[in-house]
Amino acid sequence: MVLLELKNVSKNFGGLQALNNVSFHVKQGEVFGLIGPNGSGKTTLFNCINQFFPVSNGQIEFMGKSILKLKPYHICRLGIARTFQIVKPLSRMTVLENIIASTFCHTRKMDQARHEAEEILHFCGLSVYKDQLSKGLPIGGRKRLEIARALATKPKLLLLDETAAGLNPSELEEAILLIQKIKENGVTILVVEHIMRFILTISDRIHAISFGQTIAQGAPDEVINDQKVINAYLGEQYAGA
Amino acid sequence: MNKKIQLYIGLTSAFLLLPLVVQSDYYLHLIIISLMWVVIGSSWNLLAGYTGQVSFGHAIFFGTGAYTSGILWTKLSISPFWGMLCGGFTAMIIALFVGWICFRLKGPYFALATLAGGEIIRLVATNWESLTEGMVGILILQNFRSKLPYYYIILLIAGLCIFCIDRVMHSKWGYYFISIRENQDAAESIGINTSLYKNVSLQISAFFTGSAGAFYMNYMGFIDPEVVFSLHYISIMAILVGIVGGVATILGPAVGAFVMVGIQETFRSSFFGLGPKWISQAHALVFGLLVIFVIMFMANGIVGDWSKIKKLYDKIFLYFHNKEGKEPVDSLMDSR
Repeated sequence: MVLLELKNVSKNFGGLQALNNVSFHVKQGEVFGLIGPNGSGKTTLFNCINQFFPVSNGQIEFMGKSILKLKPYHICRLGIARTFQIVKPLSRMTVLENIIASTFCHTRKMDQARHEAEEILHFCGLSVYKDQLSKGLPIGGRKRLEIARALATKPKLLLLDETAAGLNPSELEEAILLIQKIKENGVTILVVEHIMRFILTISDRIHAISFGQTIAQGAPDEVINDQKVINAYLGEQYAGA
Repeated sequence: MNKKIQLYIGLTSAFLLLPLVVQSDYYLHLIIISLMWVVIGSSWNLLAGYTGQVSFGHAIFFGTGAYTSGILWTKLSISPFWGMLCGGFTAMIIALFVGWICFRLKGPYFALATLAGGEIIRLVATNWESLTEGMVGILILQNFRSKLPYYYIILLIAGLCIFCIDRVMHSKWGYYFISIRENQDAAESIGINTSLYKNVSLQISAFFTGSAGAFYMNYMGFIDPEVVFSLHYISIMAILVGIVGGVATILGPAVGAFVMVGIQETFRSSFFGLGPKWISQAHALVFGLLVIFVIMFMANGIVGDWSKIKKLYDKIFLYFHNKEGKEPVDSLMDSR
C-alpha cells in the first residue's frame, strides 16, 4: 500500500528553484532513503511534506488524501512525524518532559502520557538521561531525543533528517539498530542521509536528487552505481571511476 | 510534593489571619496593592515566562478591566461589584483582538506590537470622551469604608490566580506552553497548534489581569487613562515584578510583587519620612538599577535563584562567624 505519494512537487524561493518536479512514493512498512549532494533540496522536501513551506506546484498525498494546505501540527496529528537536521530540543525541559509534551499528541491523561514517555525513552535508550535538561545532552543523545520525540506522537510515517550526521562509529551502529527496531514496530521511515554506509544498510529503496531534480531511483545497489549519481557526487571527471 | 502542599497551606492561613496582626490601614493598603500586583505579575508570567510571549502591554487588559467596572457604574448604574466579574471577560474579548493581530509576530516584534497596542488603547480611552469621560476619569464611591473586605477580595483573586496557573502548568497545557517557548517549530512538529495555545495562554493571562483592573477601580474609586493604561506604571511594572521575582516560577511574581511594591513605597515616602525629600524623585532610577542588578547577578529572579541567594547568605554568615571565631585566637596571641 502506498503511504505517501509526491506528484511533480516543485518549490521556488523567489527565482531559485529548490525542487523541480520531484515524484516518488513511499510504501507502507519500508525504509525509503533520500540522498543527494549538499544543497540538493532534501531538507526543503521534508519541509514541504510537513507543510513548513507551502509547495509551489504539485501534489502531496498521505494515505490517498491531499495534505497540502494543512498546518504542520495537523500533519503530525495525521501520523507524519519528523526530526530536524539541526536538532531542536526543548532546551529548558528535561528529557522526559520533552517526550511527555509529545505524547499529548494522542492522549490527554497525564499518567498515561508519563507512562508512554518512559517506555519510549527506554526504547530509544535514553532512560539514563531522563531527568537531565535536554540542553545538556551530547549530540548523540540529542539526535536520539529527536527520534524519541517524533516516535512519541505515534506516527505512521517517520521523517528522519540526517539523524546520523555527527555521530561516531559506535553511535552509528546503535542508530542503525534503533532504526531497524522502529521499522520492526511497523513504522514506515523516510530517511535523508549523507553517510552512505548508514543509508545503504537501512534502506529498502533509495531516491537520489541533485539540484532539486530526480536523478535515480531503485534498490540501493542500483542507485549508487548509477552514472548520474556518481557524477552528481564526485563531478564529471570521475565519471569513469 | 508534600512539602509544596504544606507551603501553600501555610501561606494561605498566614494571609487569612494577617489582618489580625496588621491593624494599620496604611500597611493593609500596601499589602492589598501588593496582592493586586501578585495577580498581574503572575498573569504576565504565564504569558511571558511560561509561554515565551513577552508582553509590554499588560496595561491593555488591566485598563480594560478597570474601565469595564467603571463604565458599568456610570452608564448603566450596575454595581461595580459586577464589574469585578465582567472585567476579566471584557479583557478576554480585547485579548482576542490583541492575539489575533500580535501573534503574527514573534519574539521582540511581538513585544513591540503589544507596546504599541497599549499606547493605542490609552489614546482611545483618552479621546473617546462619551464613553470613558476622557482625562476627567471615572470616580465612584467605594462600597466599603473599611479596607478589610477589599483585602479578602483581592486575596481570593490572587489565590485563585496562583492556583489556576499552578494547575494549568501541571497539565497538558503547561507542557504545550513551555514547548512553544522553547522552540516554536519543534512544537508545531509534535502536533501543537501553536497559535491556538498562545491565545489560550493570553486569554488566561488577560482574564486575571482584567479582574485585577476591575478590583483596582472598586478599591481606589478613581481611574483615568494615564493611570490604568499607563505604560510605566502598569505594563513595565508587570515586567519588573516578573523579572525581579523570577520568570517562569509559580511563586516568583508573588515574591516580586511584594518586593517591588515595598521598594516603590519606600522611595515614594522617602524612607517612610526619615530620608531626604529628593529621594522620592529617585524611585524610577532605583528601579532601573535594580533591574540591571537582577539581570546581571540573578537572571532567574529571587525565586529562580533562591539556591544562589542561600549560598551567598551562608558565605556571608560563615565569614562573619569566622571573624568572631578568630577573636579568641587573636586574644590568645595577645596574651602571649
